Amino acid sequence: MRNLPETSTPTGTDQQPIKREQISGGVQQSVRHESAERHVSGEALFTDDRAVPAGTLFAYVGLASIARGKILSMDLSRVLAAEGVVSVVTLEDIPGHRDIGPVFPGDPVFADGEVLFHGQPLFAVAATSQTLARRAARLAQVDYEPWPADLTIEQGLAAQSFVRPSHTQRRGDAAAAIAGAPRRLSDRMHIGGQEQMYLEGQVSLACPDEEGGITLYTSNQNPTEVQKLIAEVLAIPISMVTVDMRRMGGGFGGKETNANQWAVIASLLARKTGRAVKVRLARADDMTATGKRHHFVSDYDVGFDDQGLIQGLDMSLSAGCGYSPDLSDAIVDRAMFHADNAYFLPTATITGHRVKTDTVSNTAFRGFGGPQGMVAIECVMDDIARAVGRDPLDVRKDNLYGPEGGRDTTHYGQTIERHILPGLIEQLEQTSDYRQRRQDIAAFNRSQPILRKGLALTPVKFGISFTAQHLNQAGALLHVYTDGSIQLNHGGTEMGQGLFTKVAQIVATVLQVDMARILPTATRTDKVPNTSPTAASSGTDLNGMAARNAAETIKQRLTDFAAEHFQTTSERVRFHNNRVYIAEDQVLSFGELAQLAYLHRISLSATGYYRTPKIYYDREQAQGHPFFYYANGAAVSEVLVDTLTGEYRVTRVDILQDVGQSLNPALDIGQIEGAYIQGMGWLTTEELVWGGDGRLQTNSPASYKIPAIGDTPAEFNVALLADSPNVEATIFHSKAVGEPPLMLSISVWSALRDAIASLADYQLSPRLDTPATPERVLNAINSIKAITTLQQQNRGAS
Amino acid sequence: MIEFLLNGEPLRITDEDPNCTLLDFLRDRLHHTGSKEGCASGDCGACTAALGELDGETIHYKSINTCITPLGNVHGKHLVTVEELKQGQQLHPAQQAMVDCHGSQCGFCTPGFVMSLFVLGRDEISAPDRHRIEESLGGNLCRCTGYRPIIEAAVQMFDPALQAERDPFTEREAEWVKVLQSMNRDQDVELSGGGHHYVAPATSARLAQLLQHYPAARLVAGGTDLALELTQQLCSIDTLIYTGRVREMIGVSETDTHLIIGAAASYNQFGPALTALYPECRELLERLGSRQIRNQGTLGGNIGNASPIGDMPPLLLALGASLRLRGAERVRELPLEQFFLGYKRTALQAGEFIEAILVPRPAPGDSLRVYKISKRFEDDISSSCGAFLLSLDQQIVTRVRVAFGGMDAIPRRALECEQALLGKPLDDVAIAAAMAALARDFTPISDFRASSDYRLQVSQNLLKRLQLELNSPSATLLSRVNQHA
Repeated sequence: MRNLPETSTPTGTDQQPIKREQISGGVQQSVRHESAERHVSGEALFTDDRAVPAGTLFAYVGLASIARGKILSMDLSRVLAAEGVVSVVTLEDIPGHRDIGPVFPGDPVFADGEVLFHGQPLFAVAATSQTLARRAARLAQVDYEPWPADLTIEQGLAAQSFVRPSHTQRRGDAAAAIAGAPRRLSDRMHIGGQEQMYLEGQVSLACPDEEGGITLYTSNQNPTEVQKLIAEVLAIPISMVTVDMRRMGGGFGGKETNANQWAVIASLLARKTGRAVKVRLARADDMTATGKRHHFVSDYDVGFDDQGLIQGLDMSLSAGCGYSPDLSDAIVDRAMFHADNAYFLPTATITGHRVKTDTVSNTAFRGFGGPQGMVAIECVMDDIARAVGRDPLDVRKDNLYGPEGGRDTTHYGQTIERHILPGLIEQLEQTSDYRQRRQDIAAFNRSQPILRKGLALTPVKFGISFTAQHLNQAGALLHVYTDGSIQLNHGGTEMGQGLFTKVAQIVATVLQVDMARILPTATRTDKVPNTSPTAASSGTDLNGMAARNAAETIKQRLTDFAAEHFQTTSERVRFHNNRVYIAEDQVLSFGELAQLAYLHRISLSATGYYRTPKIYYDREQAQGHPFFYYANGAAVSEVLVDTLTGEYRVTRVDILQDVGQSLNPALDIGQIEGAYIQGMGWLTTEELVWGGDGRLQTNSPASYKIPAIGDTPAEFNVALLADSPNVEATIFHSKAVGEPPLMLSISVWSALRDAIASLADYQLSPRLDTPATPERVLNAINSIKAITTLQQQNRGAS
Repeated sequence: MIEFLLNGEPLRITDEDPNCTLLDFLRDRLHHTGSKEGCASGDCGACTAALGELDGETIHYKSINTCITPLGNVHGKHLVTVEELKQGQQLHPAQQAMVDCHGSQCGFCTPGFVMSLFVLGRDEISAPDRHRIEESLGGNLCRCTGYRPIIEAAVQMFDPALQAERDPFTEREAEWVKVLQSMNRDQDVELSGGGHHYVAPATSARLAQLLQHYPAARLVAGGTDLALELTQQLCSIDTLIYTGRVREMIGVSETDTHLIIGAAASYNQFGPALTALYPECRELLERLGSRQIRNQGTLGGNIGNASPIGDMPPLLLALGASLRLRGAERVRELPLEQFFLGYKRTALQAGEFIEAILVPRPAPGDSLRVYKISKRFEDDISSSCGAFLLSLDQQIVTRVRVAFGGMDAIPRRALECEQALLGKPLDDVAIAAAMAALARDFTPISDFRASSDYRLQVSQNLLKRLQLELNSPSATLLSRVNQHA
């Protein structure tokens, strides 16, 4: 139970400690996660843990077993006849929209005559238990006419098959600059995708309401969108659908649009049967039938001078989008927006291709294309450094954006107003002892026949805001009750990132009450409507601001009331540490004032609203100011590589991240550590493998290996950049932290290449596609050894 | 009817489908939703609970994956789930440390971590080292935290300030021991429901009888592999016969010549005895599955399953182990290398089962090396697993056995490779010849774990590692990255 703080009647002596005493749980305190005690005790209820209504049915989907083709016939008689089966739905049962594409059409609820990917849902069956439903779903007899399928980016490119038109950002004449540059390099890199692997799989419980409405309990980053889609599919007004989302067992982007289909299917069956229906995907089906981080092919052509300063860059980023657009347009845009990472590109041509493949439609994943764009340019940095024979860190530093010499504008026209990275990198270089370790590692590598160490420092500059402008808005709803307890609601969803904790801290600070008074409640579309997905690292920036505005509204009402009631001026009414100071000798507890205000008919409930200022992007011109601000950080990773096997370990990492004025240092550090490890998994052991038939072969944690506890670097130093409040008017001058640190992990990949390059005395830059599994590392070692041997032979011959 | 203690209270189940997993039973029947389903395949640990087994007059708790545990396997044991740890408003030290260290983010994996920490807390008196923590928690995946705060919690939970005044697991142990003793008698334990049948005999003789009576029955030991047929393939198994209560199959004993491991002994039961004889296999045992899997999985299961990627067979083949096979009529001994006939095919005859595994003691002068190669260090299946047993006399190889898993449809010896080494010094010439011979021994497959080329090359390179390690023991550390600090 939550204990309300003591509200004893204060005396005049309370004036004395007013400066010193603080509320418990205000901003900038390392408050524990609001659900921490419920997490550890198993009392935190996830969607599948809720008690279900009597008569609840369990639904499951039948999945296509070919990658591409025509459905000649689908016989569901055996499904219907199976034990426990109550109902079946197909596309024909849908009264409204059959397409649930979130931005562009292309995502049918069930396959519409054609199979678009291996594992596409064909129909759904509801039965009296989860097992019976799963068994029945496997009994369908489907005849296909298989068609040839494009499974790779190269196949899609060759066929000029795209889910959306390509887009190019241009600054100056890159081709001319590259041709005229003293040095030139070009190469290609394959960047692997990534499964979100939220520990809690996709799950929705749809309960039928009166007059055909639905109340949905779900694990979903975007309650408003699923509300709208259910309404459209059922052909009912949006107001008839209520979505309730208390917490997710992880989302990472995988429940931004990809949670919708299961909710829609549950709702369809609830409508058809009049009973509550739960859909929960088994892990292998979850991994097969939902989208992942896009895999990319990047091709670059770069011109630079003898010091490694870039003069022109031509880069094309080709994303494997799968069968439909989903969010791919924005994801590839974000990859393009981050193809500079932290570096000034005097001339650049950045092209993004949205390649269609006959595979599951790839979707959002923490970083949203940014990581792929960033790893592509970091590859270029390392290659340049080795070409000019300099430490990659020096080449990176020289190429950074800076205030001098007109080096402060991105290739899409946004001016970098604050140059945080040069100082941040300098500081990290010192605290991580980079230079000394570089020397030590060189000595180690010279002395060792088998093991090699690698070291890399890579920076991150990540743009904060949704690139779709209208999503940059949020709402909140705040209720103060007469005992001074508070319910807080807003449009953001809690998926572990600590959003509910931070927003409660914000409200606690504004109202000057202990956080324990504030109960964050489930995100519900009937409390705060028309919300944006919790994504783009914007959850706190948007919802924190909306909640603050709601709290300010109530505070103003209480202030005005107190001034009038106690016959003083508003300026003299002060809220501090659970009390309200009216005059020298007049102090009320917050609860007393709430009660008094209620008796005098003052509204104690308020909404709050916020929209982000300043942002715009003219896509026709590929120019604008798409980001409110940038989040910056850098990491130094050290690795140890076994050149016999390709096995490796990350032995030490040092991170310095700018989170502005941190709202909660403990939660921010948790986000940074978790993102770094998740990114490390993306670049190292997490390998998605499809068979020639288009079936995902790595469809479970048995075959798809996310980092385990032993992969945590033995030395893991994370620090927040001190004294760096956001100059923009963000919530308490904090900065977003959800996605940016994921890209700090690029330092791991870069360090692996560094270790391999040591085999050629850093004269060659090994090609190392991601994920850099031990096998790919060994192949890179083989290649670099072969080239070195060849060069020695040539030298010997000449 | 089966009986067990659930969170300190006796529970009797008379009518339940024995194909039901423990996790489904907890969540669906009892509505104990603290244990989570993350994968239903024993790979994520979100469903971890502690299973207490009688050990004389005490109860020994171990972490298990409830998602792949057949319900019947808990008979006569004490199952502790996350719901039990918090007493009133008092969090258990494992829980409090997780809260204090910010060890949960989304919270979904958290109950599983808490239960693994609970077991660690019972096994250790003071905070263990990092290696031990990782070994205990390697089977619990977290996608949010990056694990650093969880490692910190594993240390902090031993802080005396967090210890509760009253610990029911100590206070009530004597009472629970009596209850468990009353449940553990020598007769068969049976559970029937949904048209399916489960029998747990107490002796080898009875097991042999049951196999005659139910020729189509499936043997289940830890269930770590068999349960996947239930949770992934959605099979129904009509008759399950549990080996975990069979007296002759659960012990470990030693003779002058052999270590005799009961086929139903779990890795963590026989591991200490095996590593006492062969310290070189410690790493393999710590990397085989996860802690939870090693608590449940058995050597008989690993061998009987005849998977090409089982990690124990290459080691046992190199050691020259043999099997004691029992049927209703006879007992026979069979060298392990004659047991595997083809992909998932063995020399077991109808009605026969593996009763024990006989591992020869090391001969003086023997050197053993076992190397496992996988994408991830912990809880991953081998791309290749090589075991090498060599006797060197005056630096000449006088005896050699080399065996690999992951390289063919069955785990088997590399005879050409052995021939290339026999009678030679471990010099570059012999190693090069052995590497070339290995390419004649094996033509491995390509799959999602590794390509054929990588499997072969890395296996060949393991011979170089072997050479380096055996010729210069001080270089051991510098030829391997995969050792915990």
